[in-house]
Amino acid sequence: MIQKTWWKILAVVLLLYAFIGGLLLPVPRLPIVNESIRNLYYHVPMWFGMMVIMTVSVVNAILYLRSKNLLYDIRSGAYANTGIILGILGLVTGAIWANYAWGAPWSNDIKQILAAIALLIYLAYFVLRSSIDDMDKKARVSAVYNIFAYAMLFPTLFILPRLYDSLHPGGEGNPALSQQDIDPTMRMVFWPAVLGWTLFSVWITTLFVRYRKILDKNILHV
Amino acid sequence: MYKLYAFLFSAIVMLIPAMLMAQPNGPVEMADGLRSSGKIYVVVAVIVTLFTGLVLYIISLDRKISKLEKESDQSHR
Repeated sequence: MIQKTWWKILAVVLLLYAFIGGLLLPVPRLPIVNESIRNLYYHVPMWFGMMVIMTVSVVNAILYLRSKNLLYDIRSGAYANTGIILGILGLVTGAIWANYAWGAPWSNDIKQILAAIALLIYLAYFVLRSSIDDMDKKARVSAVYNIFAYAMLFPTLFILPRLYDSLHPGGEGNPALSQQDIDPTMRMVFWPAVLGWTLFSVWITTLFVRYRKILDKNILHV
Repeated sequence: MYKLYAFLFSAIVMLIPAMLMAQPNGPVEMADGLRSSGKIYVVVAVIVTLFTGLVLYIISLDRKISKLEKESDQSHR
């Protein structure tokens, strides 16, 4: 049996709605982006999902440091893994979209550069994890590093890009995706898509965590 | 004379925003043909099929892991 099914069904329903509604519902007719404005439903949820998943990861890192229970370390690492995949997908889909909207896949836009830096900070987390053999030491050091990496995530994705001109919309003094930035009909698809992708990522991560729990059963004493 | 210059200058200054606003106002090109011919539903059907297949695959993985969990619980006791 599938464990605790309802939120997995919700994730699938929300994503189906995002795929069907995202392609069929009306969108504003804007120059330059034209029909590619629908990428908002697919490219941006990668970043929002990544931020939620990385938050879960850092919470588990803190829980590990408080309890020294290795289960939290497994969770923290697994969520960071899923988060980095969402981030890489966000960067790649952004480059594909930018190739058509801005004329080049990489324009050294401030948000592109800082998003890449945020990903590199998290990639170092995995280098750190794989370089320490002792399980407890690995868990402790990587949990502390996770907190530092998380502390840089929101500055690099939200705060620092505001100090410079960006090709991305929504950076002009107001918070991104404020009332004026996104059309009301698009909001009806965008937010369900964010929730759907986030829940779907959580589902995949729980599979990995459960697999690791079986593998490391002798160490975990659960 | 000075008043005339001032008037002309301010008139030109006031026109600048209007000139900046005057972008080509033709209809924005969208994929209307794809929609009216109904071919967009083909794309939607393909995406929904792909996603359904992936979800079924993840469900089967989920079930296999549940089975492993049960087995490892029994062997541990």
